Amino acid sequence: MIYSDKVMDHFSNPRNVGELADANGIGEVGNAKCGDIMKMYIKVENNVITDISFKTFGCGAAIATSSIATEMIKGKTIDDALKLTNKAVVEALEGLPTSKIHCSVLAEQAIKAAVSDYYKRQGIDPTPIVGDIEECHACHA
Amino acid sequence: MNKFVYADNAATTKISDSVFNAMLPYLKDNYGNPSSIYSIGRDARKAIEVARQKVAKAINAQPNEIYFTGCGTEADNWAIKSTVELLKNKGKTHIVTSEFEHHAILHTCKTLEKQGFQVTYVPVSEEGYVSPKHIEEAITDKTAIVSIMYANNEIGTIQPIKEIGDICRRKGVLFHTDAVQAVGNVPIDVVDEKIDMLSLSGHKIHAPKGIGVLYVKRGVPLMNFIDGGAQERNRRGGTENLASIVGLGQAMEDATTGLEERCAKVSKMRDRLIDSILTTIPKCRLNGGKNRLCGNVNISFEAVEGEALLLRLDMQGICGSSGSACTSGALDPSHVLMAIGLPHEIAHGSLRLSLNEYNTDEDVDYILEVLPKVITTLRAMSPIWKG
Repeated sequence: MIYSDKVMDHFSNPRNVGELADANGIGEVGNAKCGDIMKMYIKVENNVITDISFKTFGCGAAIATSSIATEMIKGKTIDDALKLTNKAVVEALEGLPTSKIHCSVLAEQAIKAAVSDYYKRQGIDPTPIVGDIEECHACHA
Repeated sequence: MNKFVYADNAATTKISDSVFNAMLPYLKDNYGNPSSIYSIGRDARKAIEVARQKVAKAINAQPNEIYFTGCGTEADNWAIKSTVELLKNKGKTHIVTSEFEHHAILHTCKTLEKQGFQVTYVPVSEEGYVSPKHIEEAITDKTAIVSIMYANNEIGTIQPIKEIGDICRRKGVLFHTDAVQAVGNVPIDVVDEKIDMLSLSGHKIHAPKGIGVLYVKRGVPLMNFIDGGAQERNRRGGTENLASIVGLGQAMEDATTGLEERCAKVSKMRDRLIDSILTTIPKCRLNGGKNRLCGNVNISFEAVEGEALLLRLDMQGICGSSGSACTSGALDPSHVLMAIGLPHEIAHGSLRLSLNEYNTDEDVDYILEVLPKVITTLRAMSPIWKG
């Protein structure tokens, strides 16, 4: 299994790692049993994600996808953040081995989970906006 | 520049100087076909037979009981498939093995199950040992062969081979052992231990990759593995891998010379590594009991994933291995760690470090310097670490 230089860069020097003290949206997906858990923290102001961080238990790809996903949506509106697909994450990382594609799915889901939490804290039902966040199929294969 | 520490000798080993020097003439000037009648052919034949004698001597076998193969996996396949094929007409359609064998055995058994053979996979204890009692209970009047590994490749536990050999001989069942990890680490005596068939691999003991051996006790039925020329007494056709066979002969001689002193030195490094890791890094556990290969360390770290750990260690110049699912591209962690009862989340975070005589105390110092920092870094970004 060979990782791209981009994956190794984000794994070796992950961006936006840690907890965000003033986060107003926190989402967690995956489970320890399957070996990957991603937790995303977002700070939303005027519908814009002004700050973001993550904590991830997982392989090199899981850490790299978390890292690049935070970079891709930092400073974006919630609407734009929700448009981020796992495919875009894979492309930004210059590819992932087939067996690691589920890590990019987790990154997409973690962002949606954080946005859902943000809406809930605002007293807004997130389902019509964010949709259902399915559990990772790979974790339950 | 970072130091380089190779601590994955259970995966493969470097070719030693003595093996390399023994092979060199047969890679260049002594290129005769061992089946040719002229002098350089006869020299090649002689070199193969000398290597065969060395291999035989190392495990207390006879030279005509040694068959050279392409690898340990081939030897495993040959032993099991040959036995059940030749004995099925006598109603012997059952195999006994364990849950934590190497895939060379497990996948062979799965293939045979699809062909109608029955397989019993005996469980292993939490400490990583097969119980002779379980083997005895699993044997039926249909059992053709029992195959139990000599030492486990991941957690290094050394199995009660002599007791299992006694049971098989008493019950009239053939006994095969995959000794790929044990050769060079444990003294092996196929006569005393009542082993009928044994597999080994060259690249685990400083010979090249692509050469292995199947030992078959005289009188044990053996099916041809490759039909072709008369090589390997007609059992495995194809021109012999001359230089590698010579290398393996040298490696086997080296592996059994001064074994006790070598293992004592490696055990000391292993124990220091285990004790220091368990003492200095919180929330980790040693996998496998005390009767283990002299270089094997297998430890699980809570809240850390194995592949990420390996990559971080590699960034610091340390080569190890993991039972993490992610390193194999599978979803479940190592079947060995699952067989000894580890929960998935702990099994995902396992690290195997396998030392040998080429490692030094400085290597151990360096691992002990780097590993705690790497664990701390990964735990700091792990949402499940409760510190």
